[in-house]
Formats: sequence, structure tokens, C-alpha cells
Amino acid sequence: MSTSFRIPSSEITPEHLYLTRRDFIKSMGIAAGSMALAACGAAPSTSTASTPAPNINASAATDELGDPLTPHEVVTGYNNYYEFTTDKEDVAPMAKDFPTSPWEVAVGGLVKNPKTYMMEDLLKFEQEERIYRLRCVEAWSMVIPWVGFPISKLLNEVEPTSDAKFVRFQSIYAPEKMPGQLSGWYEWPYTEGLRLDEAMNDLAIFATGLYGKPLPPQDGAPIRVVVPWKYGFKSIKAIVKIDLVDVKPTSLWMAAASNEYGFYANVNPDVDHPRWSQATERRIGELSRRPTLKYNGYEEQVADLYVGWDDRLDTKTSS
Amino acid sequence: MDRPLVHIRAWERLPEIKFSAAQIIIHLGSWAPLLILIYGGFTNGLTVNPIQHLTFYTGDTAIRLLILSLACTPANTLFGFREAIKLRRPLGVYAAIYAAIHFGIFLFDYGFDPNLLYEAIFEKRYALIGFAALIILLPMALTSTKGWQKRLGQNWKRLHQFVYLAGLLVVIHYAWLVKSDIRAPLIYGGIVVALLMARIPAVRRIAASARGRVAHKLSNTGKEVRG
Repeated sequence: MSTSFRIPSSEITPEHLYLTRRDFIKSMGIAAGSMALAACGAAPSTSTASTPAPNINASAATDELGDPLTPHEVVTGYNNYYEFTTDKEDVAPMAKDFPTSPWEVAVGGLVKNPKTYMMEDLLKFEQEERIYRLRCVEAWSMVIPWVGFPISKLLNEVEPTSDAKFVRFQSIYAPEKMPGQLSGWYEWPYTEGLRLDEAMNDLAIFATGLYGKPLPPQDGAPIRVVVPWKYGFKSIKAIVKIDLVDVKPTSLWMAAASNEYGFYANVNPDVDHPRWSQATERRIGELSRRPTLKYNGYEEQVADLYVGWDDRLDTKTSS
Repeated sequence: MDRPLVHIRAWERLPEIKFSAAQIIIHLGSWAPLLILIYGGFTNGLTVNPIQHLTFYTGDTAIRLLILSLACTPANTLFGFREAIKLRRPLGVYAAIYAAIHFGIFLFDYGFDPNLLYEAIFEKRYALIGFAALIILLPMALTSTKGWQKRLGQNWKRLHQFVYLAGLLVVIHYAWLVKSDIRAPLIYGGIVVALLMARIPAVRRIAASARGRVAHKLSNTGKEVRG
């Protein structure tokens, strides 16, 4: 792949996203038979005045690799949230009135200090911004400026016992407000898990906001996990229950298809999904695929967790 | 075929062609998805993941048109809807066109990179099977004219019976692609299998006799009403 529609970091506005799309379709319309032309498409042309979403902010315009943040309206308008619907663009309107206050998170299991936290308590942990890449198992990705706090801070407070080996997270079960939970294809509520040392890694956070604002419902409000070196489905949303356990938790996706979705689900371009390649991804806002990075570009920070581990074993041992 | 198989230039033949309502609906309906996509391209209507949207949309359209094309013969044999026979070819050709566009978007998606494409097509079974379906559909579309029908003789029918294999392949192609909820491909698959079964002579006989009974009853009812 020679060309890519990189958006200059100085010009991050939704309009540029439209323009690249428009250019693409235009060139496709002209050259239906020779779509190669579209791949050499022109640079985004100058746009009309932009109107960014109100009060959003981020400390930087790019991630540490220099790639631009995914626009706010895209992060909040294109969501995988099966509790509402499988249609990514319908999640936001359907989740609009989802009540996220009051909200409690019960932390228990193999801990010395079990406690039910009110959301207000959780916001007392020092909130910091983390600009992370999010790589979906469906091979698309975004760059998102989350706001939140390391999972380790909460775990240190409840003090896991020496028997605790894993952390199990559960989402809210509210089928009357989340019609997708009426679907019998999945075992609700959404459940995910991390090995205790993974959860203690500094990169693993609870997110409570994005772009400097509280999380909108469609992005997992009021509190969700973000583990950026794993596929997006590991980053469970709308958490109400956290348990420290001694056996490996079975996630919703493991229960649905254990041969396809493993417990670890680390982003790895060398380990394909059984039915599609994970070697490349579509960064939302770009028209060319780009190579997927091992552990989503966080190899240095998490490699010590996986010494002697082969991601190839993930879907073979979890069944 | 009541029209003689003489080669006439298209423009000479044009004034004679009369389009039925069904034909007009089929042609407009087949162009509509493409126009919707082009319109979407100008109005920010292709989602933020336009390549995926274009891929899914054209693929889904191709499957639906192919199934409609497959339904034409049974619509005539089972239900006596003779008009359907004329719709079979355009529907099949449109299905092949959408399949080709779908494949073109796939090529673009992988940047026409031979290594990536080789891996994507030949190492992933869902892509391979979709590719196989395209390989079946394209020669069928190209040989769907009367001229080719005449040229190929008996072989024409043999070639075009592969449409059922293509129908089954695209359903499997779709089923192997979805994450877990396979309702949509199951519905498509059920329809293709039902249409395939409708070609079994015994089924056709039963349908024909049932239709005869219904027609008989209807004509009797008519008499009663009039009487």
C-alpha cells in the first residue's frame, strides 16, 4: 500500500473526514472500472468553516506515534455496543436516555475490603487523560483521548487476597433499557476478565470520560474498562460488578464462540482470527489499510506479562 | 422463445420493446442501491467506516438480487407467474454486477497489494468461497445473451445451472463472515434451499395440481357469485 489518507494533526476537524470520503466516492463514480484511481486520490481540499463539538478538549492532537485523534463525533457516533443494537450508528440514538446516575459498582470476591462504590466515590480517584489506540477485532481502529484512572488504584484499595488470580467484570443487565439484551444469541450480562497482573498493569484503566467530558452512554457510561493492547471487546462497558476470583472467568465472547475469541485476546497481527486476517486494520478516517502493530503498539509496556506465552494458544486453551 | 433468434442491432430493436411494470420495478430497484451509495458518498451517508459499509452493502445487494433471480423459475412453474421468466436474466446480471463491484471494493480495500490480496483471498475460507461464487457468476452474466445461448447450445443450460451452486456459496460466504448471530445468512440459506427444492419434479407436479384445484375452485366461486 503506497498511499494513505493521513489527516494532518493540525487540521483535525470532522469536515476533513467527510472530504476524504467525498473525494473517494467522487473518484469512484468517475472511474467505476478503474478504481485504482481512487487509491491515488487527491489530498483533502480546503473545507468550509468547521464547528467542533462544544467544550471538548484533549491535551494533544495525536497519540504518541503521531497519529491524529479520531474526531469526537466519530468516537461518539460509531459504537459497538450489542446491549443496544448491532448497528454501530444506531447505538448513540438508542442509548441517549440510558440512565447512568445513580450508579453503583460492587467490588468483592477474593478481597480483604469488599465495598460497593458509588460513582461519586470512583470519581474521587485522581482522573487523568490517556490517549489510546482502540483496535476492534473487526479490524478497524480509532485513537481516543480517554479520561480515567488505573484499575490498580481501585484494586489496591480493596486489597486482593493471595488466592485472587483473575478479575471478573460484569456490565449492567437492564433489558428494559437495553433491547439488545433480549437477544438469545449471547449470555447476558456482558462479562469480561483479566489476569490480576494484567489488571495491575499501568496501561489498564477504568475510563469515566473522553475528550475531557464524562463518558456518553454509547461509549460505556458511566464507567468502563480500557485495555488498549487487547481487542476492543475486552474493554467492557457500563460496569456494575467486579470480583476477584481464582479461576479464569468466561467472557461473553468466549461463551458465544470459544474457538474464535480467547481469554487473552491480545492484538497480534501474526495471530489471525480463524475466519479473517488480523495483519492489517482500517484506521477510521483513512481509506487505506495500515499494518496492525503487535499488542496494538504497546508491546514494550506489556511484554513482561506474556513471557513464555504464545497468543496462538489463546483460542485453543480457553475452550 | 417466440422471437426469432436473429441478430438485430439494439437500437433497431428498441422501439419494439415494451417494458412491463414488473420489468420497470426490477430495473429501477436494481439501480437504486448503487444510487443510494453514490448519494451517500456526497452526503456523508456511508458511515465513518465507508469501505466496510460499501463492502457490506454491495455484497448484501448482490445476494438479494441473486436470490430474486433464482426465484423467477419457481415463480413461473409453481405459481404460474410467467412474467417472472423475463426478469430472471436482468436480475442475474445485476447480481453479477454488484458482486463485481463488491470484489472491486475488496481489491481497493487491500490497496491492490498482491501479497495482502493473496493472503486475504486464499488463506481465509470465507473470501475464497466468495471469490469462487464470483468466478461462477461472471461467465454466466457474460453468456446470458440470446447469442451466447445459441452458440453454447446444450452447454448453456449446464453452465447456467451452476447458479444454484453460486447461491449456496454466497450464503456460506456470508455465514462465515458474521460474528455470531447468523440469523440473516440462515434466512438467505433457507430461501436458496427452498428454491432449489422447488426445482424437484415431484414438487413441481404437486404445485401444478394444487394450482389446478385452486383455479377450479376460484372459477366455481366466480360462477356462484355471478349466479
